[in-house]
Amino acid sequence: MMHNGKISSDKRHEIMALESYIRAVLKEKDILLMTHLIIGYPSFEECFRLIDVMVGAGVDLMELQIPFSEPIADGPVILRANHMALENGVTVQGCLDFARSVIRAFDIPFLLMTYYNIPFTYNTSAFVSAMAKTGLKGAIIPDLPPEEGHDYLEAMQKEGLDPIVIFSPTTSYERMKYLDSFARGFIYCVARRGVTGGDTILSEKLIFYLGLCRKASNLPLALGFGLKEKADMVFLKGKADIAVMGTQTIRTMEKEGIAAVGEFIRRLR
Amino acid sequence: MNSRGYYGEFGGAFIPEILISTFEELVDEFEKAKADPAFWQKYMHIMSTYSCRPTPLTFAENLTSLFGGARIYIKREDLNHTGAHKANNVMGQGLLVKRMGKTRVIAETGAGQHGVATATMAARFGFRCTIYMGEVDIERQRPNVFWMERLGAQVIPVRDGTRTLKDAINEAFRDWVTNMHDTHYVLGTACGPHPFPEMVSYFQSIIGEEARGQIIEREGKLPSRVYACVGGGSNALGVFSGFLDDPVQLVAVEAGGKGLNTGRHAARLSSKDASVGVAQGYKTYFLQDSDGQMKKTHSVAAGLDYVGVSPILASLWQEGRVRFESVMDSEVLDAFSLTLKKEGLVPALESAHAFAQAFKEAPHLSSDDIILINQSGRGDKDIFTVADAYNDAQWQDFIRQKARDYGP
Ligand SMILES: Cc1ncc(COP(=O)(O)O)c(C=O)c1O
Repeated sequence: MMHNGKISSDKRHEIMALESYIRAVLKEKDILLMTHLIIGYPSFEECFRLIDVMVGAGVDLMELQIPFSEPIADGPVILRANHMALENGVTVQGCLDFARSVIRAFDIPFLLMTYYNIPFTYNTSAFVSAMAKTGLKGAIIPDLPPEEGHDYLEAMQKEGLDPIVIFSPTTSYERMKYLDSFARGFIYCVARRGVTGGDTILSEKLIFYLGLCRKASNLPLALGFGLKEKADMVFLKGKADIAVMGTQTIRTMEKEGIAAVGEFIRRLR
Repeated sequence: MNSRGYYGEFGGAFIPEILISTFEELVDEFEKAKADPAFWQKYMHIMSTYSCRPTPLTFAENLTSLFGGARIYIKREDLNHTGAHKANNVMGQGLLVKRMGKTRVIAETGAGQHGVATATMAARFGFRCTIYMGEVDIERQRPNVFWMERLGAQVIPVRDGTRTLKDAINEAFRDWVTNMHDTHYVLGTACGPHPFPEMVSYFQSIIGEEARGQIIEREGKLPSRVYACVGGGSNALGVFSGFLDDPVQLVAVEAGGKGLNTGRHAARLSSKDASVGVAQGYKTYFLQDSDGQMKKTHSVAAGLDYVGVSPILASLWQEGRVRFESVMDSEVLDAFSLTLKKEGLVPALESAHAFAQAFKEAPHLSSDDIILINQSGRGDKDIFTVADAYNDAQWQDFIRQKARDYGP
């Protein structure tokens, strides 16, 4: 396992809350870049190298997904990655152990992404404590609206972790305000209808939607969409605070290998 | 989202944010429809003029004398248009789709009965229609795939996961999160996020309402036991709902597959293999591992080959109101054959599970007892599975000849 991620003496994210970290980075950069990977796909070793390459290329934040057999909100690329990881025998404990080693090695904040059955089966409050011990900053659980998330939200509060709340283009302004009342860290704004991995049209409508999100919450906004080129990042500057790249990194890795992911990310800046 | 659809600790609506407003619209429309007496009238009119409601209650005289115990009655949901109880739910949801002004419907299907029913409803109401079906099920229920396509539906094979019913449900949700503005997802069983369990049971309650009236008219009293097979639970809830407040034993029969000790089954509540989890938008007992990953299931009947079970049934089971049993594939085929030979009835392999359990218990009851079996569907669709089970040489010759006719 080789990596050159710097282990700096001032691991600033460790002492800083997620939101403050984002605001601090925004003083240096116009927009943060967040990427996504599925733990154990294609293997733990390759995931580690992928993270190394991404951190080296300037990624500011990362989502680590614990694979689930029924990833209902994910498109074909991430869906298959979930199933392949499980076929390789990836376990929830293995994922938490992996997260711990990654968090020790790299100087950016890491979040967890998974579906609710994973924490629920582990025992929600025990799972959240395990996340906190691992050093994760927060979590994104796309199939857990706050109406169903009482135990989870309470545990996250207790452990000082950030529950990342999701806005979508079908969310009313009133509901955005309601969701915002549970949110910490940042808001994850889904750019369009559909599952992960599809294309997004960068349009007036999207600008209007982001404006609405901005009005509904004082937290930084992340936008998830099919980031492909620098122009996309330029378009987003000032409108969102974090650009999320999920499926595209996985596609690039699958087609061109791990090193190509680093080049792809550098070209975005 | 105010009423979240809980039955004891089961149910709920665990849905991605993008679908919240769609579910709000659906709950709203369903509540309005329920409160509108004209809606149920319209539903009854369609079901009696386009399908065959009320479906008959058949006295199984030969089986009764064969077992020498309880008097056996069969509720004939196989006589619905499209050959299964699925039509009850689908026509009801079709009327809701019209009220909501949507123009496209999607559905998952296992046995293909729900897919055929949805494709039929779409043809009748003029909706575009896409059906998701696991590759494994496409292979074993080919006749239904053929009819869905003839009816004008697009059938999309699902190649992910276990390639069965649960994977078809996931794919239907993925379609829905993209196309909810003009599309309604016609879920086929009493599972999934609120309001589906309630809504599907509401439309299926017509079975129990009729059956209760029919048995009292014929026999002047209630049955001792009512039997139904359980995939997701819609036909069982349909027939049970007529007897929930009566002193009647309700027996739900799950797929025991190759046997409960083999791990190759779909017995959620009648085995020790399931635990409470959250998947496919709702909380119930799932066949899952200790990490919460869904397991592979098995049944000779595609429509019972599913990891979860209706939250309403899970709650009735927990309260002790519904007894859960399971029967093995081999017992199902025996019950299927016996029913054909003795009564000239052709139950679907799903329905034959209920028959198999009833046949085990009937001899131990007295001739004063009445039992009622819900024949949820007809077995024509199972022609390939049954031919294989009996190693039917003439059928194989016919298929070989047909293959030669089609050329290489
Ligand atoms: C004939 C028949 N019976 C039963 C079922 C099982 O479904 P449910 O438990 O919802 O009645 C199916 C499902 O496909 C079916 O086709």
